[in-house]
Amino acid sequence: MLNTFMQSRLRGLMILALILIILPAFLGNPFHYELVTQMAIIAATVVGLNLLVGFAGQISLGHAGFFGLGAYFTGIATGTYGWPSVPALVVGAIVVGFIAWIVGRPILRLKGHYLSMATLAVGFIIAIILNNERALTGGPDGMPVPAFEVFGWELSAFGSYSLFGIDIEGFQAWYIFASVVLLVAVWFALNLIESPIGRALRSVHGSEVAASVVGVNTAKYKSLVFVISAIYASLMGSLYAHFQGFITPAVASFEFSILFITMVVLGGMGSTFGVIIGAVVLKLLPQVLADFQELEHVMFGLILMLTMIFMPKGLLPTLTAFVSRKMRKKAGGEA
Amino acid sequence: MFKTVIRRAGKCAAVAAAGLMMMSAQAAEPIKIGSFLSVTGPASFLGDPELKTLEMYVEKINEEGGVLGRQLELIHYDDVGNASSARNFASRLIRSDQVDIIVGGSTTGATMAAVPLVEQAQVPFISLAGAVVITNPVKKWVFKTPQTDRMAAERILADMKDRGITKFGLISGTGGFGSSGRTQTLEVAEQMGMEVVADETYSGSDTDMTAQLTNIRNTNGVEAVLNFGFGQGPAIVTRNYAQLGMELPFYQSHGVASDSFLELAGSSAEGLRLPASPLLVPDSLPNDDPQKEVVQNYKAEYEARWDSKVSTFGAYAYDGLMLAVRAMEEAGSTDPEAVRNALENIKGYVGVTGVFNMSPEDHNGLDPESFRILEVQNGEWKLID
Repeated sequence: MLNTFMQSRLRGLMILALILIILPAFLGNPFHYELVTQMAIIAATVVGLNLLVGFAGQISLGHAGFFGLGAYFTGIATGTYGWPSVPALVVGAIVVGFIAWIVGRPILRLKGHYLSMATLAVGFIIAIILNNERALTGGPDGMPVPAFEVFGWELSAFGSYSLFGIDIEGFQAWYIFASVVLLVAVWFALNLIESPIGRALRSVHGSEVAASVVGVNTAKYKSLVFVISAIYASLMGSLYAHFQGFITPAVASFEFSILFITMVVLGGMGSTFGVIIGAVVLKLLPQVLADFQELEHVMFGLILMLTMIFMPKGLLPTLTAFVSRKMRKKAGGEA
Repeated sequence: MFKTVIRRAGKCAAVAAAGLMMMSAQAAEPIKIGSFLSVTGPASFLGDPELKTLEMYVEKINEEGGVLGRQLELIHYDDVGNASSARNFASRLIRSDQVDIIVGGSTTGATMAAVPLVEQAQVPFISLAGAVVITNPVKKWVFKTPQTDRMAAERILADMKDRGITKFGLISGTGGFGSSGRTQTLEVAEQMGMEVVADETYSGSDTDMTAQLTNIRNTNGVEAVLNFGFGQGPAIVTRNYAQLGMELPFYQSHGVASDSFLELAGSSAEGLRLPASPLLVPDSLPNDDPQKEVVQNYKAEYEARWDSKVSTFGAYAYDGLMLAVRAMEEAGSTDPEAVRNALENIKGYVGVTGVFNMSPEDHNGLDPESFRILEVQNGEWKLID
């Protein structure tokens, strides 16, 4: 039983890895690589957010705030103060995790809409600070971020490198790096979900009262998963800042938070691979619709509406349910 | 059997058609001009006239035979005023569409987000955004057509000095334009030996600035008031200013130099001064003004084509496109390095915004005098200087 469970868990990860390995064959130019790299970074953020939204059932409308904090921590530490990238990334994640913990304690006592409102407010406050602390953050016009660098080895989307004797371009190196990051993020999330913590979280989602009756410390687990998802966001924000090379307070904006939540809902709440699809679809749409500028928002809204009406569980869960139903029918027919 | 024949014939035809298309493409490969603009979203008042201008003049240039005997092809994307999508579209233009030059970037944020990319990809880039950081320090591949906010501050303060004003109150928006303008004004004031005695701010969503203005009025020694801001904020400041019955000379920045501001502010705008593009007063320009003809033509052509009022922001795009065309003609090719060098050496190009004299130290090429000081008289712009 446990064995098959393990297998099915790792199967998803294997498929994802396979897709990431095969994908470059379909990428025509450097821009495509860039797009996929961004998708991977955003998808990893959403995988983290999904732990909070999909598994613990707590809505955060301010997650871009943590993403933005991570991005700006990296930007300021490496750009203004010349820190190396990795310490900046780690310290940033610790600071953001700590902030999330402080903020999360009182907030997570709230339920339902109140919790959403409180996280919304946190996101807004972070965005306002980033906008107004001009001396530190460059204000609304944003600030440049140096390339990602480890021990003097710079990972720039424009460089060219030699890896194990094979020459690769900077954008390919970033693609590989982001793919590995995504795989690790997914692997960690999958393990967390199947651990006792994950079970506790799902019990909180099901019924908080019931969970506390059977002895689950709901407050502790809720704030734990809040911190974990904030750390995900912060780490990915840091990588995003390095990759983009320039950040503005828009990375911490309300719109961005909504985009994250939409990715979770569209892909399928509580489905780790589903939310990745959600991230891919929503990152791809603006590029696909670029030629119909006037219609972009209409199409965007229409897609969301149709998904919500016909696939309320999200893309992936609905599709897998559909496929397995078909399979069962077929098997039944033959027997 | 029959089906396979048809299918094969279809395939042959497809291959032949593709081949033909490729050949014709090679015969007259167009020069690709890339652009990312904020056509929709909060900065659409910038991007919309810019895109219209680019479209119409690319059409016009193509009708007249193109550049270097090749047609121009405009590839544009809408960044919705969002810096990270601006960066993505810039990347798409450079790496996927492989454009020869980029003319775009409606806002400072969008421009700056694309700058690292442009610098590394080494593509000439003419920005249409205002702040001084874009070209100072000079970036090898980045140029811009609007005057900087610093020049606006210099022009306003020079005009104050002419009127014998040395102490003034400053009220600015906290948005990108206002806060950058505030920084520049404070620096310029110090350089010119003037004193900012009151320094107030308001946020973009404020609906009443009476409190800030009262503070300024109650400050000792205030001789004039300057408002640096964008959008509806300055219109509210102007109305509050009139409601409070303040009589001090009142200045606005070039951020509101448009006819729609006059409509918003109504009669309270009476008597205020601001630095602006000559485009607002094309017919009052003296006949020996080199820009007069260019400005009049642009206004007439734009208004005839789009049936809407011409705007200063569209003029930035006009100058950007014309500078790009001129640089390519002078370079004799679309080689990025050659075009960049040509751009850097453009001297005496008479545009709508001003007369451009580029140099390796100055990738904007305008001087503060390209701003005209206008005053609102009887609900209309009047050229003062």
